[in-house]
Formats: sequence, structure tokens, C-alpha cells
Amino acid sequence: MVHIASEPLNSRVPEGAIETLWDKHRFNMKLVNPANKRKFKVIVVGTGLAGGSAAASLGELGYEVDAFCFQDSPRRAHSIAAQGGINAAKNYPNDGDSIWRLFYDTVKGGDYRAREANVYRLAQVSSNIIDQCVAQGVPFAREYGGTLANRSFGGAQVSRTFYCRGQTGQQLLLGAYQALMRQAQLGKVNIYARREMLELIVVDGVARGIVVRNLTTGQLETHTADAVVLCTGGYGNVYYLSTNAKGCNVTAAWRCHKRGAYFANPCYTQIHPTCIPVSGDYQSKLTLMSESLRNDGRVWVPKDSSDKRPPSEIPESDRDYYLERRYPSFGNLVPRDVASRASKERCDAGYGVGDTGLAVYLDFADAIRRDGEDTVRKKYGNLFHMYHKITAEDPYKSPMRIYPAVHYTMGGLWVDYHLMSNLPGLFVLGEANFSDHGANRLGASALMQGLSDGYFVIPYTIGDHLAKADLPPVPEDHPACVEAVQAAESRINRLLSVGGRRTVDSFHRELGQIMWDNCGMARSREGLESAVGQIQDLRDQFWTDVRVLGGQETLNQSLEKAGRVADFMEFAELLATDALNREESCGGHFREEHQTSEGEAQRNDEDFSYAAAWEFHGVGEDPTLHKEPLTFENVPPTTRSYK
Amino acid sequence: MSGDTLTLTLRIWRQNGPNEAGGFREYRLSGVSTHMSFLEMLDVLNEQLIESGEEPVAFDHDCREGICGMCSLMINGQAHGPDKATTTCQLHMRQFADGDTITIEPWRATAFPVVRDLVTDRSAFDRIISAGGYVSVNTGNAPDGNSIPVPGHQQEKAMDAAACIGCGACVAACKNASASLFVSAKVSQLAILPQGSQERTSRVLDMVNQMDEEGFGHCTNTYECEAACPVEVSVSNIARMNREYIRASIVAGE
Repeated sequence: MVHIASEPLNSRVPEGAIETLWDKHRFNMKLVNPANKRKFKVIVVGTGLAGGSAAASLGELGYEVDAFCFQDSPRRAHSIAAQGGINAAKNYPNDGDSIWRLFYDTVKGGDYRAREANVYRLAQVSSNIIDQCVAQGVPFAREYGGTLANRSFGGAQVSRTFYCRGQTGQQLLLGAYQALMRQAQLGKVNIYARREMLELIVVDGVARGIVVRNLTTGQLETHTADAVVLCTGGYGNVYYLSTNAKGCNVTAAWRCHKRGAYFANPCYTQIHPTCIPVSGDYQSKLTLMSESLRNDGRVWVPKDSSDKRPPSEIPESDRDYYLERRYPSFGNLVPRDVASRASKERCDAGYGVGDTGLAVYLDFADAIRRDGEDTVRKKYGNLFHMYHKITAEDPYKSPMRIYPAVHYTMGGLWVDYHLMSNLPGLFVLGEANFSDHGANRLGASALMQGLSDGYFVIPYTIGDHLAKADLPPVPEDHPACVEAVQAAESRINRLLSVGGRRTVDSFHRELGQIMWDNCGMARSREGLESAVGQIQDLRDQFWTDVRVLGGQETLNQSLEKAGRVADFMEFAELLATDALNREESCGGHFREEHQTSEGEAQRNDEDFSYAAAWEFHGVGEDPTLHKEPLTFENVPPTTRSYK
Repeated sequence: MSGDTLTLTLRIWRQNGPNEAGGFREYRLSGVSTHMSFLEMLDVLNEQLIESGEEPVAFDHDCREGICGMCSLMINGQAHGPDKATTTCQLHMRQFADGDTITIEPWRATAFPVVRDLVTDRSAFDRIISAGGYVSVNTGNAPDGNSIPVPGHQQEKAMDAAACIGCGACVAACKNASASLFVSAKVSQLAILPQGSQERTSRVLDMVNQMDEEGFGHCTNTYECEAACPVEVSVSNIARMNREYIRASIVAGE
């Protein structure tokens, strides 16, 4: 049973023409006097593109900042693994791009499930991001004359993607990290590495601090502040196998949710079409091959499902280039959700290749013939090298085998136009929020959003909160702090005292399989209902049969994992519940009951043009659904067609 | 993908905490698929250890695709193992033979103290970056990106240096535990690019000074660092750093 709140959520989007909103709003927001900024302390959790850029920028403004990450250094956050690039409406190539076009593409690409005002702002500040990164010394690709190079990416009809070879995320993150470390040197930011956030401290309904576990000593630490900025990434690891780093988790966001923050659209997950397929049951993660490969690679399977010849021996006439066949105008460059479903369709129909039959070919033979191996190597050398390392096959000689894998999550904690959650004082940036990508994210837009939120949105909106809110000091022995520490402590003790037989990883793998089978690329009512039951059963088993060795007062990686998996066990049920509720197909959420006769996603704008924000009432209790109605005044919804 | 399986003897450094004595323990592991990554092999070992009631081996890792720089390990005396230009997480078991004994140790350097088992504290690298590894430009101060032209070949050189993942293999491989390759990669990136020119003098002096303070040794040109570097950062960056340092030492007094 889903309870539906009677009042719609207020997103605080100002009135007016969309082009003018952010400018006018920046004027209307309150400012904190420069001399007063040092009196405010801000906690930033996570040091990826969103967190690193936010912490550095807030420190530069004069706020006192405490920055936390669970890795051994802020430079390791998973933004570092992003390969392809970052979009910006610079229109340097003179090929027809504009803020409006980037806005339009993002809203459409998100299948009309994003908030227009946020997306417009994102497109507006996109150019500033590039300028900022260049000034920091980010070595973006250049033309011979020294100007910035662009490429087309992820199905865009214009070249608006800036890149640093296949390591764009790394270079952007290092830029933000260096800015952050500069603030650390200046004494404006305190860096707390190897700390994991376990609780949010809420005082009189306002977020005022966090409880973290020092992962080296096991000590629980209380940190209070005037605002908390959560930049803790996505929840893709609920599927166990994903392209996320092993440490990526939902814990910080989930603990905020349990303290009252609404979780929006958890069913919007992105399955990336070009990943290296699973090779065995020991598999610990999946590796992405950048989407940029589809600019030159052609995707195909044999026309005859019984054709087991090696790919080089299958002549052109016996190959089915199914993306080019089904989507002649976009071909291999259709958006991620469309490409992934098409691969699944071919493999489910028995045309898959490789030992498992769960793979399709991505073939560069034409590009190598056309442009020469050197040109291909220059563009994709590091990706080909990585593929070779992992599979021991040379993609210059035979086509890559690829299959879709969980990659990014569009859902996240609900935020308003200020990027503040329904809990005042709790701001959520980057992948951890839900705001900009709707039901499907376009390639090269995650880096843009993370940096937009951190460099150019939070520095303005946090001031409005700090200037207006009543923020009496919160001492460490405040009852809310004491209660939060006790909650974290008792959960840790509970995990250590189960004393069962099964390892944490074995539970995580089982949970992942349930999610992939029932809440993956295609979902149905029957599968989702079964998933809810299976998740509940597995969660019960987890709490009676998990084995976590070692103690609390030391580095204990099993305990860290156990806490994260315990939260995934709770979160997974909400994901399935949200997917059940959304009786339509949109973007990454494909319900088998809702498709056209040609197998394309069928949206239901009449009933589901809203963001679904869920309120927590207890584990195993039905959550309340709060709806934020979505209106599209500037980009009228159409059926996305890439044919 | 079918493949062979291996039976291995693993000699692994176990150490309960920073102030406790450590030592090698030996484990037998069979059924290791040659398609596994090295860390997946350790995952399998850890699952078996937990089932038998022994605490698993602690090791750092995160992205498992060779870019975050969190994984480490001396494998048979080589930083990141035997495969050239490869991080431990991208090393695959097909590099080993059935019956092999593999010795696995943490990075060994005074400036990287052991936290537990194979986990070390590399925060010295963060402090070196803090000392000057950046361009001092606040958010919002930037001119248009194309107003700072950088010729393609120069940008490529900067990118070669910027590729450093900060893993610390260069330190672990060096007999002096020098951090010169790491420091010089950042010094070079920002010395090559026009954006870095304003702070060229102070940057190299401050970063080198911090490197010395952290207890890293000096470079004596044995090039083990370059051989161990998983992203092939070149020792020519160290030469550039030395030139920058000499230049800065002269200029700074003026």
C-alpha cells in the first residue's frame, strides 16, 4: 500500500521566464556578509567532483569547512573514473550549439522527468565550468593552434564535449582536489579522510551535524556545523556488480533518509551499454568502456543465432548491425537506455556472442580501415589497452565484446531549486541528488552536474540558508548528538554480534542478483513484487546469519562492508517499491507492461509527470509518497524517437 | 571464457596495527581462475578466511579499473606486480603459473607507515600537494577557456605528467623511498602549462621542501620508479623538476 501525501512538494522554483530565473534569484537570495562567513561552519561529505568543488569554493568564500571522505585521500573519489568528457554550451565549433540546445537535449534525454528550471541553470553555468577548470590547469585536449578541442558524444548532434584523453574525470577531479588542498593549506578546510558518515544529526528539524566512524581507529566522532552538504554519489552498487568503485554506497544518503530526508525516483537507474561482460562468478566489478567508442565502433551480432564462427569469419552479409537497422538516423549513437535495451533484446532472443551468450560485438574494423590504426589508437588507446588487459584479447584485431552494466543512478535525495532537501540545512549535490537528469542521463553530463552544483550553485544557495536560519550553537553533548552516536554504535554492535555463517559479500551478491533479475533493464509487476519479498527474506537472513569478524576499534573492512550492505538491503526495497509505483516506461525505467508494439518505452505523462519523493516510516513499513508535479513549459514533451 | 585454474602459495604480510609487529603468513589457495584479477584472487582468499574464522587480509582498493590510485601491494618484490604499466587491480592471474609462490607486502617506506596488513598511510602525498601543487585561482575568477591557448604538443606533454594516479608505487620501488617521480609529475604539469607560470618559483621550492619534511629519500637516478609506474610517468619529469628547482633557487633570492 502506498500512502500519498495530499500536498504537492514545493520545489521553490521562482516565477518568471526560464532564461532569467537564476540571475534574478541570485539577486533575491540573502547574502552572508564577508566578515560573517568565517563564523559559519559547513560540513561537506564526499570529495568527488561535487564535494571537492563545493568544499574548495566554500572555503574560498571564507566559510569554515570540514570535508570528509571514506577513501585514504580526497583524490580517490569515484568521479575519477569518468572517462569520456564534460559537456558545455560553449559553441566553440560553431556548429549550432547554445544554452537552449543543451537544455533541450538534457530535458528530452531525461525523457521529460527532470525539473526544467534546474536543467536550464545547469546549461547556463556549463561554460563557466570549462573556464574554471582551464584556469586550474586541467589539460583539456587542444587543437594544433592551441584552442580547446571538442567531440560529439553520447548521441549529441553537436560537438560540445571537452575531454582529457580517456581520463576526463580524473583530470577534473584532480583540479577540484588541488583547489581543495590549497584551502586546506590556507586553514579554511579541514580534511578528514578515512571517515565514513553513519548518522545525520538533526536538531529541531534542521540538519546540524554528522556522526562518522574513523575507519582507522574505529572511533565514532561527532561533528557539528551550521549546514551539511552531502556529496556521496550514487547507489549503483545495490546491484553488487556495477561500474562503480567497490566502496560506493548508499549509506550516507540512506541514513539521511531515515532521519527524514525524502528519497526521490530511486527506480531511475542507468544501465550503460558498453561494458566488459561478466567472465565468472568471482567477478567483483564491471568495467566501463567509454561511450565515445560508439562514435567509431559499430555494434552487431550474427544474423543467425546458431552462427558460432569467430567474428572475423562472419561476412558483412551475415551480420546484423541492429542499432543501425532499428534507428537509422542515430544508428550506433542512440542514447544509453535505448542502446542497452536493444542489446538485451538481441541476447534474450539468442543472438548473443561469447561463452555466456550475454555479449554483442563492438567492431572498429571500419574505423581502422578508414582512419588508420594510429588515429584510432590516439583517440581510444587507453581504452583498448584496458580491454586488452582484462580480456587478453586485442581489440585492434578482433571486435570487443560488450554488454550493458549498471553505471549511474539518476535518483537520489530530493532537493529543491536551492539543492536543499526537505530537511532544512541538508544540501545534496551531484549524483547523490535527483534533480537534473530525469529518467536518463546523457553522456558527459554527470561531470557537468557535479561541478555545476559544487562550483556555481551551492556557493550562492547555502548563503541564503545561513543568513535566514536560526542556528543556535549545538554542543557535542546535545541530546540529538548523543542519540545519533548511540544509534551508530548500536548498529555496529549488532553487526558484530550476529555471529552467523555467511560472509557479507555472499549476501551482497545475492541481493545484487535479485535486483539485476527483477529491477534491471526490464521490469514487470510480477518480478518487482517477487523482488520485494525476496529482499525482505534476504534482509532477515542477513541479520541472523551474517558473519563479521574482528572488532570495532581497529581498521575492519568487513565491518565497513557489512554496514553498507545492511543499508542496501533496506534501500533495495524502496527501489523496487518506486519501480512498482511507476506504471510507465521512461528513460532507464522500462516496465514490460508499458511498451509500444515496436518494443519502445511508453511514457504516461497524464499520470506520472511527477518526481516521486518517498518519506521513510520504518524498515518494513510502507513509505509515504510525496509528489512534485513536473511541468514542461519550454520543452513540450514528445515521444523520444531516434529512428 | 574458459581458462585454466591455478593452485598457489601466498605469503602475505599480516600486521594488526601500526604499532604492532608484523610477519608473513602462508596460505594455500586452489581453483584460482586465470581470468581473475589479482584483487579478485584476494577476495576469494578472504571469503575462505572468514569462513574458517580468520580475519580477512586488509588491503586498499576502490575503483578496480586502474585510475583511483588506491590499490597498492608489493608482489614478489615488484610494486603492482610483474605486468608493465599495470596497477594491481588490473593485474590478472594469467600472469602467474600453477604452483607459484607469491609474496605480497605493503608499500615499504618511512613516509608510508603501515596501518594494518597491506594498508599504508599515504597522506604525505596530500600534504605535498597542499604545499603548492595547484594554481591559485578561486572559483569565478577564470577568463574564457580559449583566452589561454596551449599548443597541442605542449598540452600532450602536460597530460603525460598529469596522468599520475598518486598510488605511491614510485616510492615503494625506489631504494631511497624517494617521491621525486610523484612530485615532479605535478611540478611538470604546471610548469609546462601557462596557467602555472605565476607560481612557478614558489611551487617547486615548497613542494620539494615538503617532500623532504615527510621523510622521503633523495633521487639517485636508478629509474626504478619509472619502471614501476602503472601509468608510465617518465623520469624526464624529475629532470625538469631539478631544472625548475635550480632556477627557482636562483630567482627566489632576487
